[in-house]
Amino acid sequence: MRVMLKVWRQNNSKSQGVFEMYPVKNISGDMSFFEMMDMLNDRLVLDGKTPIAFDHDCREGICGTCGLFINGRTHGSLRGITTCQLHMRSFKDGETIVVEPWRAKAFPVIKDLIVDRSSFDRIMEAGGYVSIKTGGTPDANAIPIPKINVDEAMDAASCIGCGACVATCKNSSAMLFVGAKVSQYALLPQGQPEARERVLNMVAVMDEEGFGSCTNTGACEVECPKEISLEHIARMNREFLKANIS
Amino acid sequence: MSWVTTFLNSSIGKKTIMAITGLLLCLYLVIHLAGNLTLFGGADFFNSYVLRLSAFKPLVRIIEAVLLLIFGGHIFNGLRLSIENRKATDKKYQSNRAQENSSFSSKTMTITGSVLLVFLITHLATVWYSFQIEHSGGEFFKIIIGPVVGLGNLSVAVLYGVAMVFLGFHLHHGFQSAFQTFGIRYNRYGRLIEIISILFWFIIPAGFLWIVVYFGFLGGVK
Amino acid sequence: MILNSQIPGGPLAEKWTKHKFDLKLVNPSNKRKYDIIVVGTGLAGASASASLAELGYNVQAFSYHESPRRAHSIAAQGGINAAKNYPNDGDSIFRLFYDTIKGGDYRSREANVYRLAEISNNIIDQCVAQGIPFAREYGGLLDNRSFGGAQVSRTFYARGQTGQQLLLGAYSALVRQMKTGKVKFHPRHEMLDLVLIDGEAKGIVTRNLITGEIQSHAANAVVLATGGYGNAFFLSTNAMASNVTAAWRAHKKGAFFANPCITQIHPTCIPVASSHQSKLTLMSESLRNDGRVWVPKKMGDKRHPSEISEDERDYYLERLYPSFGNLVPRDVASRRAKEMCDRGHGVGETGLAVFLDFADAIARMGKDTVTQKYGNLFDMYKQITGENPYETPMRIYPAVHYTMGGLWVDYNLMSTTPGLYILGEANFSDHGANRLGASALMQGLADGYFVIPYTIGDYLSGKLGESISTEHRAFAETESDVKSRIDTLISVNGNRTVDDIHKELGLILWENVGMAKNKAGLEKAIESIPKLQNEFWNNVKITGTADELNPELEKAGRLADFLELGELMARDALNREESCGGHFREEHQTEENEARRNDEEFSYVAAWEYKGKGNPAKLHKEELVFENVALTTRSYK
Repeated sequence: MRVMLKVWRQNNSKSQGVFEMYPVKNISGDMSFFEMMDMLNDRLVLDGKTPIAFDHDCREGICGTCGLFINGRTHGSLRGITTCQLHMRSFKDGETIVVEPWRAKAFPVIKDLIVDRSSFDRIMEAGGYVSIKTGGTPDANAIPIPKINVDEAMDAASCIGCGACVATCKNSSAMLFVGAKVSQYALLPQGQPEARERVLNMVAVMDEEGFGSCTNTGACEVECPKEISLEHIARMNREFLKANIS
Repeated sequence: MSWVTTFLNSSIGKKTIMAITGLLLCLYLVIHLAGNLTLFGGADFFNSYVLRLSAFKPLVRIIEAVLLLIFGGHIFNGLRLSIENRKATDKKYQSNRAQENSSFSSKTMTITGSVLLVFLITHLATVWYSFQIEHSGGEFFKIIIGPVVGLGNLSVAVLYGVAMVFLGFHLHHGFQSAFQTFGIRYNRYGRLIEIISILFWFIIPAGFLWIVVYFGFLGGVK
Repeated sequence: MILNSQIPGGPLAEKWTKHKFDLKLVNPSNKRKYDIIVVGTGLAGASASASLAELGYNVQAFSYHESPRRAHSIAAQGGINAAKNYPNDGDSIFRLFYDTIKGGDYRSREANVYRLAEISNNIIDQCVAQGIPFAREYGGLLDNRSFGGAQVSRTFYARGQTGQQLLLGAYSALVRQMKTGKVKFHPRHEMLDLVLIDGEAKGIVTRNLITGEIQSHAANAVVLATGGYGNAFFLSTNAMASNVTAAWRAHKKGAFFANPCITQIHPTCIPVASSHQSKLTLMSESLRNDGRVWVPKKMGDKRHPSEISEDERDYYLERLYPSFGNLVPRDVASRRAKEMCDRGHGVGETGLAVFLDFADAIARMGKDTVTQKYGNLFDMYKQITGENPYETPMRIYPAVHYTMGGLWVDYNLMSTTPGLYILGEANFSDHGANRLGASALMQGLADGYFVIPYTIGDYLSGKLGESISTEHRAFAETESDVKSRIDTLISVNGNRTVDDIHKELGLILWENVGMAKNKAGLEKAIESIPKLQNEFWNNVKITGTADELNPELEKAGRLADFLELGELMARDALNREESCGGHFREEHQTEENEARRNDEEFSYVAAWEYKGKGNPAKLHKEELVFENVALTTRSYK
């Protein structure tokens, strides 16, 4: 099969970007989207041109490095996958595919399709941890935790930090990302001693970093490759209100 | 009281204000619609209802002031959020199939809200104002159905009708969203909230709309 | 030079305790006077950075990723072992030690492995305290499962995402220290060389991957936690950027490289579909608990599996290993699959795959139970191949997964270069010739949380008052080397892409230095790899410049090192005239085609010393002494 790629090209964070068209031929349906991009990039290099820069690493859907806005959807149109898990059989022969970087003020473009998501790390620094040191911890079975809570905490903890929630949100809000982390700790006894400070500080940094607020459209939940539920945003809201009242 | 300002300026704080004021306004809509329904009782019935309200003028004024505060809070915060959210977003996507991941009503809150604001101002400047200066004793019904600012004026009727459709969309998302903001949508009451929300996004706007249609286009009661 | 492994004396179970007491300490108020560089922020690097910073050291952490959370530790699915014995099924520290030594085919150090088993319990305590949502039972206590053919249930897990959860736990400890300023994190910085002052590791030179800037960083000690080198094979289950560069540069600066040929090939991966394949995806080994492996008895049988009747199928693992069946260790399962395919029984378009069939499991447990246990893996398989494993048997094939070899370290995890410590997969230490399932996470965290914080003090305590500055000429010299190398790479401007040459290297390694090796093949590799190195330096093409974000340049630098490493892997394999664990020499097998170890001659760690460009590396031997276990031949019949 063949496709026409319409790709955002931008030299660096300061330069203006433009869309460029690249026809790609000899694609097999079993190729992943990135393997198709690899093939295109190899051709660009041999033609003496600069290959398209895009972030990717594990190529098995867990590291959270990759993230492209493909034909109007984050990570393409399939549910529950990252861009690296997208295969060419999901596209039609002859299709034009529009490929864009994540768009959000808090995720400035570094080059082409690569964006800077360090704002996520700074939110994590504000409280995405339990303040314990290495060593001196009690036996792992000292505190029983209801299975149902742990399972729900695990749902939240599955977040891979790819930023699709921000990218798809019309407000570029990071509520699902932050909600997932706050919710994980809120569900576990280990998270309780610092629950109040955690939610207050993480929300404050989230706001400072320039993410928008939540309109509860639910787009993030649909686009999240790990299908993290809006419920975790609800829990964060609750934690936040509780922290402000208490 | 610095935590109050911190709270009010935080993203979730602003959303909370939207949710609280929004729900209060929903409550007000119920009362307003109940009053409006007296129109179906005919001119005398409606006029006497309005006059009876006027008997508690000071109380009405207090309620109006509170309402103004609620509306003000809702509108101010809404506009502020809308501006801030625009700032948070970067370039628009060239291709964006947002219809596949979220509902129409959820993405158009600013637009529907703005139309409702226009409607609100018009409504206050015409009907509400006319009621304030009506001293001839009981011609309120005429104002409502009359050809000047009332439903007898086609453009007024159309504006009111359209506004009610927008109200439906606004509340379709807004009512449930408020509960999500409070963090209480995902529990055993989730289904109940969904059912109650129908009252607000469908039945109430439909009630207002029926008045518009009935009195504006179908001739109303004589 | 005689390799001194610094193994403490005394009984096995007391060695670590005694050693911790014997190690010199750094006074708490003096710790802030030391700078430590940690390269790599995966499980080992993040846990080390956080723990060292908590103690008071100033840590400079480097990663070529944008965030520590991207490290490939995140991809580990199965779980983490610990000798907690929560299930009351007879586990103990000694049993975990014994299983690990035996599983490693007696090519690891007793003392290190025992320490690992001892620490394993602390790791679980630590991780639970961090809020890692390990699977629990209804009573609220931790659940364990049996993994990789172990006879006890000692594996703790968080769904199929244990590596992710453990990495995020270490990352959370790390960001906490980043916030306090005790850790300065340098994202998107790749270490391109090690700086030695008077023969000791005192800094590194990095390239800022966004701006291309070459920078020097000085410290009192350098810790490498830069992962394994499986990507030398081009196709592996490693992440795309995983590389050997940091370790290789340290090797070229004097650190010995141990057992480079010993690679683990994981049996249950999704087979290669085409030459465009960029990576192989592993599916959890747990699939072999219920799936049955088979090939058609007839050679070249290309019929659809549903048309192949029971008596035309060869369930070869069950036939060859009646007692372990489909649960034989990774190396055995992998080698047998290759053998079947080499004999012409392979399935699928390429003939390089065997079936993993769940039809019986579905008939026995019902589709719902199978979905519950393996649903996510089935979905993943379907996503990649487009086939439905509930209806058609999966096709699987072995893939390079983990490298047991790595930089040589002593008991303190210090390499042969003083002041240079190596943690996690980047060192060779604990897995011998074969790593057991769910042990990689254990080792990475053991090294980072519970070993390096003790042992590094022993070295640093002697360096009080030492002030290292990047003004030292060693930094300028190293920087200039790094720059000229980059300029050379860019100036070649030949006709082949980096990936093209890398694929060729991968094929050479896979064919000759992979699952089954022989003298002729290894000699061929030793002959052809230098030619390919030459081809690379004369014909590679990189576009763009050195002072911008340039992924092709990054890949080229890494490939240059893989090309040199590949040659050493072949030399090491040629030297090791025996079969052990993941290293299989066809000349050394039993009549039943099982690995034949040669304990008389090869019970040693092969540590290679770099002898300059064009000269073969020099072999040093660290003899392995076994005082607590008897060397037996593994049998899974």
